[in-house]
Amino acid sequence: MAIKVENLTFIYNQGTALEQKALDDVSFEIPDGQFVGLIGHTGSGKSTLIQHLNGLVKPTGGKILYNGEDICGEGYNLRQLRSKVGLVFQYPEHQLFEVDVISDVCYGPRNLGLSEEEVHARAEDALRLVGMKEKYWDQSPFELSGGQKRRVAIAGVLAMNPEVLILDEPTAGLDPRGRDEILDQIEMLHKERGMTTILVSHSMEDMARYADRLLVMNHGKKAFDGTPKEVFRHYKELEQMGLAAPQVTYVVHALRERGLEIDEDITTVEEARDALLAVLRRPGKDQHA
Amino acid sequence: MLCWRYCADLERINMLREITIGQYYPVDSVLHRMDPRTKLFGTMVYIVSLFLADNVWGYAAAAVFLAVVIRLSRVPVSFMVRGLKAILFLLLISVSFNLFLTDGEELFRIWVLRVTKEGVRMAGFMAVRLIFLVMGSSVMTLTTTPNQLTDGLEKSLGFLKKIKVPVHEMAMIMSIALRFIPILVEETDKIMKAQMARGADFESGGLVQKAKSMVPLLVPLFISAFRRATDLAMAMEARCYHGGEGRTKMKPLRYAGRDYAAYLTYAAYMGVMAAVRVVF
Ligand SMILES: Nc1ncnc2c1ncn2[C@@H]1O[C@H](COP(=O)(O)OP(=O)(O)OP(=O)(O)O)[C@@H](O)[C@H]1O
Ligand SMILES: [Mg+2]
Repeated sequence: MAIKVENLTFIYNQGTALEQKALDDVSFEIPDGQFVGLIGHTGSGKSTLIQHLNGLVKPTGGKILYNGEDICGEGYNLRQLRSKVGLVFQYPEHQLFEVDVISDVCYGPRNLGLSEEEVHARAEDALRLVGMKEKYWDQSPFELSGGQKRRVAIAGVLAMNPEVLILDEPTAGLDPRGRDEILDQIEMLHKERGMTTILVSHSMEDMARYADRLLVMNHGKKAFDGTPKEVFRHYKELEQMGLAAPQVTYVVHALRERGLEIDEDITTVEEARDALLAVLRRPGKDQHA
Repeated sequence: MLCWRYCADLERINMLREITIGQYYPVDSVLHRMDPRTKLFGTMVYIVSLFLADNVWGYAAAAVFLAVVIRLSRVPVSFMVRGLKAILFLLLISVSFNLFLTDGEELFRIWVLRVTKEGVRMAGFMAVRLIFLVMGSSVMTLTTTPNQLTDGLEKSLGFLKKIKVPVHEMAMIMSIALRFIPILVEETDKIMKAQMARGADFESGGLVQKAKSMVPLLVPLFISAFRRATDLAMAMEARCYHGGEGRTKMKPLRYAGRDYAAYLTYAAYMGVMAAVRVVF
């Protein structure tokens, strides 16, 4: 019972002409060690939601419990919470400020009040984890490429050794290889450290591949909550929300309509390949050929 | 970090946001659609009229005028009143000066302070005048976007170009600044959050500590501001901006029927105010 959100409502600019309801009665619970994908159309409230989870935004209504404690409660230590629930923002430009990469990554652990050796050890670990080679460590973070900046930003949060890692569209603007590398590293961290991971992404393929569970937001409300397979079964409704199922799911559905007996819950290319091979190898395949 | 400090962080972010929105209250009303020049001129007329009033009837006429205008603007009165908070101190000072320092028929005394009949009258008028003044100008800022306001100013002050005042350039600087403030405020908000997520603390510590804690906020902010400025300059050049010479507007300011009606109303209103002053 790591994170529990109860009837969370949030309104931007409350009491002014620009009132905007960004979250509307959202409830869910994320157990320890889960890999949760958060999807939703632009402006559906994903970023707003995850900023609540480490106390950067104060809910208009409802509650957020971390390990059973109300994070908005009197005297709750929010700085400690923020070191446990690491949040990587969408744009690395918003957090890089130091003269070199390694110092920038040291910023987070230093704020935790660790010894200088510990700070450096953690920063170096984190940089290795995200695949930043040592030759970059003394470079200015502003001279890096977009993908490298993002890695440094992720390292900056990882160096705080969070229990929960939340990433807001960490792959936006990356090339396919960079995207896969970063996501693979996140998955590895998730597996090795048992870190609870929440990933915001617009790529349904990534979601199908990495997430144990999908939360779907639509106009500030929670629309679906389930395993990727369960959620993508509703691909028609998802489309109405401006989302979609992974491309292969469409191919699989089209094949089924043509009479091929293949599992409709296929969401990744690998699954589709295996299922297709199995079907095609079955005797009597000629009738569909 | 205790809860109150967490609230202080948020409070600050909200305060920044308040600047972003400025004053503009986005609804559709006659006043919102009116030409900014008409509103600028109207505000000036109203301010002058407040100094013309010297008796109860004058202020009553000004009150009626203001009430009608507020009604037409469809902005909730609470928003006009909000502007008054800023001048509360000024209001208190000027009222007490008038109340205690005016000579005349003594009403009563508190210790060495004499309160006179004339003093009460002066203080009352002063308060009403200040309140109306602020509310009257709020109507303008609440119904006009900063950009419209700049446009209106540029056009109204266009005659100054003849004596080589760079009106266009000043207006351009003003509108770019206005355009950038909300963007930079948003940016500050995001950067603050990103650093707070890494354990930044913008509150505690002495002066040196506090100044140091601003570095992680200011560096990304400056970098982003410079990047945006270069981008904007390039985008303007790409679209052949070369100063105000011969530049036309996509939405040129043009007076409509309602503006002429407004000017007539101003004239009538000033007539009434002058008449009240002479007659009573
Ligand atoms: N700082 C803000 N002030 C006012 N309204 C905001 C602010 N940030 C977001 N909103 C509004 O809240 C709603 C939810 O925004 P949010 O950023 O959470 O969406 P999102 O799901 O993260 O979208 P995206 O996929 O584009 O990142 C939107 O309607 C947006 O306009
Ligand atoms: Mg977002």
